[in-house]
Parts: sequence; structure tokens; C-alpha cells
Amino acid sequence: MSEDEGARPSKIDPKFRYEVARMPGGKSILQCFQCGTCTSDCPVARFNEKYRPRYIIRMAQLGLRERVLNSDFLWLCASCFTCTDRCPQGVEVASVIRTLKNMAAMEGRIPQVFKDILGTLLKTGYIYEIPESRIKRREALGLPPLPKANIESLARTFGSMNIKAFLEGEDPSKKIREVKLWA
Amino acid sequence: MGVAPKYLLFLGCAIPYRVLSFEVSARRVLGKLGVELVEMPEFNCCGLPLEPLSHELTLMLSARNLAVAERVGLNILTLCPGCAGTLKKTNRALKEEKALREEVNKRLSEVGLEFKGSIDVKHISQALIEDIGLANIKKAIVRPLKGLKVAEHSGCHLSRPKKYIEFEDPENPKALKMLIEATGAKCVEYKGETECCGSTIAAIDDKVSLSLVREKLLNVKEAGADALITVCPACHVMYDANQIRVERMFGEKYEVPVLHYTQLLGLAMGMSPEELGFDELRVKPLKMLEKIQVIK
Ligand code: SF4
Ligand code: SF4
Repeated sequence: MSEDEGARPSKIDPKFRYEVARMPGGKSILQCFQCGTCTSDCPVARFNEKYRPRYIIRMAQLGLRERVLNSDFLWLCASCFTCTDRCPQGVEVASVIRTLKNMAAMEGRIPQVFKDILGTLLKTGYIYEIPESRIKRREALGLPPLPKANIESLARTFGSMNIKAFLEGEDPSKKIREVKLWA
Repeated sequence: MGVAPKYLLFLGCAIPYRVLSFEVSARRVLGKLGVELVEMPEFNCCGLPLEPLSHELTLMLSARNLAVAERVGLNILTLCPGCAGTLKKTNRALKEEKALREEVNKRLSEVGLEFKGSIDVKHISQALIEDIGLANIKKAIVRPLKGLKVAEHSGCHLSRPKKYIEFEDPENPKALKMLIEATGAKCVEYKGETECCGSTIAAIDDKVSLSLVREKLLNVKEAGADALITVCPACHVMYDANQIRVERMFGEKYEVPVLHYTQLLGLAMGMSPEELGFDELRVKPLKMLEKIQVIK
């Protein structure tokens, strides 16, 4: 596609920002007045030309839904919260960006690494599989044995959350249910 | 110190996987300071690494940990600031928001757990300062690290976002500095002290994260520090385990040893490098140990 896809009116979803605002952690998106403090203090923006938290917020405000949720750069946020602490408007920038990631994930757009760690979590209770060598090393160092996670209980804790859809959900139509919890 | 502090130790994922040196040194140091650590049964990931995927999932993971700790009836101590931050945020939200608590408890009740809001969560830095106290730490020093110059790196999640963590000033972090000075070592100032290590995006874009590591190591070196001191397993992996990769990537040499604070404190308390898990470090702090005459 040669033209700027996102600029076409048909691609604009004016209600998108309200949708973001209703998500846990997304509310403050409406307060951003585009001063640029977040971008100028963002460590990732210093080393990546494409990553600009202010643009991400602006794109979302403008309703460029597909363009934001489909972007690779969304996943570059390091969650350092520098922007959140420094925004003069009280925008919880890192949480808004995390909200956008969650929305992308609900539509099945998930970087492989997150699928991997979720798979491990369901198997072990941790995001890593602790190798035998580390268990042995623990003993050698005089450390107590590692407590085992209760996988069954853990899985049941997730209740109605459709976790499998995260792992299989390449198809955006298989939307995982809206998140209601938390603020 | 009145009654000896007693905590449930929450290890999280990164420490058992890669950073045993932090665990070993923390256990030895806390033990000597009279702290009792109880193993946390059935704990699971705090949820932070999965937050980009689902906030709800993170919430349930951390709520479950809190409910397990409540059943034991002890406050949680974590070595990882990320775990501390996540558990603290969840703890606070569930204490404050009744509707949220009810919904979470509905799910927890299915596995016989309940969030009541009866415990607190602290990162080891916070516990050292608030519960053990700098005076008691100083009393335990038998080998003051005079002449040693180190740089501190607190890591983002120990203080940010300020509104939720309420421990430290993220723009001017002091806790780790005070803890370092208690050992007799000097804490040097350097450029970019509060900069992120980039670990959370290492798997997404290692060029950005390793650039952040490079910048940090260069600044620490320029300040003339004998070592960089961390209190976060993730930051430690970035600066120590990844240092050689960064050196290769940029064709530079840094040779900045990276120690867990508990290793530094342990040395000052008279423990040996072996006891404190120094073998596990990738960048060997030989010069530093010579300087304080731990090795000759
Ligand atoms: S610092 Fe806050 S107000 Fe300024 S551009 Fe960023 S989010 Fe918007
Ligand atoms: S939280 Fe993300 S957007 Fe904000 S400063 Fe850190 S890396 Fe940049």
C-alpha cells in the first residue's frame, strides 16, 4: 500500500479513545494535550526513531485504531514509567500504552515471546522452566528447595478468562472477552 | 530492633532461573541481621511479565499470591522490585476497591483462597531501611569498605510509578545510597542514574535494550566507580550477564563488575565472596576485592 493508510477517513474510529478510556488503566488518555514531555524523556525513544509515546497517544486519540494496534512499535515500551511520573497532565502514559497492548492482544496480535511465557506459566506457574542444573546448583549453594506452584489451583483461579485464546488466537474474530477488572 | 522481623520470602521467576547469587547473599545477610525468612508455599509468577498481554491475568496472578501469603499470615519480602511493585499495586487496589475485591474473591473462593487485606509487601531495600534500620545495619559492619567507590542503580520499579509505590523519590532515589554508605563504601554520582536497564524489551528489541546497557556502563565507568550496585535481578542480568554481549556488539571494553547490594553488604559484614555467591558473577570483581583486601 503506497498511500498513508491511516489517514483515510474510513480507517478512523472516533469512538476508539473512549473504548481505551473504559479499559483498566486507559482512562487518562483523554487528558493528553500533546506537550511531548513523555517522548523527550523516554529511554526507548532515544534509541529508536519510530518509537514515540506521544504519537502513540495521539494516534489513539484520533481513532487510528488499526494502525496503533497493528504496529510493532507498541511492544517496544519498556514499562519504566518515567513518562507516567513526568507527564504534566497526569496521563498514566505507560498504563495507556499497556492498555493498547492488551487490546491488541485481545485481537490476537501478540509477539511470540509473550505466547511462550504464557505457555510456560500454565505449565510451571513461572514464566521460566527452571532447568535441572539450576536445581542442583541451589543444593550446592546450600539453598532450600524451590516451592512448587500449584498449577491446578492456579488455572482455576483464572476462571472464565479464555487463556487458551491468547495462545491460539491468531484470528482477530476470536475476541477474548472484554476485561472488566481493575482500574 | 524489638521483635526480629519475620517475612515470607517471595522469590519470583528470575531469581531461581538465573540469579541465585542474589538469593544466596540476601539469605545470608538477612539471617545474620536476625531476620527470619519463611519459604512461601505455592507461589507463582507475580504477573508483571504478562501485563502487556492482559492486565486481568496479572491481577489474578498477584491476587493469588497475596491470598496465599495471608493464609500463612506473614508479610511478603521480595528481592525483585518488579514483583514488589506488582504485588503492592494489587494489594492496594484490592484493599481500596470493594467491587474489584469482590470479583477477585469470587474467583479465589473456588480454590479456597480469600483476599482479606491483612498483609503488606516490601522489597528488601525497603525492609532494610524501615524494619531493620540503618543503625542496626551499621552495627553489623565488621569490615568497613573504606576506599571503595561504587555507583548505585535502583531500577525503575522500586520507585515508579510514584503514585503507587510510595517508597522513594524516583527523580532522586536515596534508599540504595544510604544502604551503600552504611557499608563504609562511597556512592558516586553519575550521569543517567535513574535510566532504565531495558530488560523488559530485551526479547523484543535487543538493540535498544543493549544500547541502554552500554550507556549505563559507560557512565558508571566514567564516574570512576569500582562496581555497579543493583537491587533488581533483571537489571543485574542486563549489566552483568549481558555485559560481554554489549562489549562485542559495540567493540568496547567496560569491565564494570556488577554486585547485588546484599553481596556488598555481606562483604562489609565479614562474609567471604564464596558465601555470597560471587562465583556466579560473570564480570569478576577481582580488582575491587583486592582494593578492600578481601583477596590479595
Ligand atoms: S507528557 Fe502527557 S500530556 Fe504531554 S504528550 Fe505525553 S501524555 Fe500527553
Ligand atoms: S514507560 Fe514506555 S513510553 Fe514511558 S518512558 Fe518508559 S519506555 Fe518510554
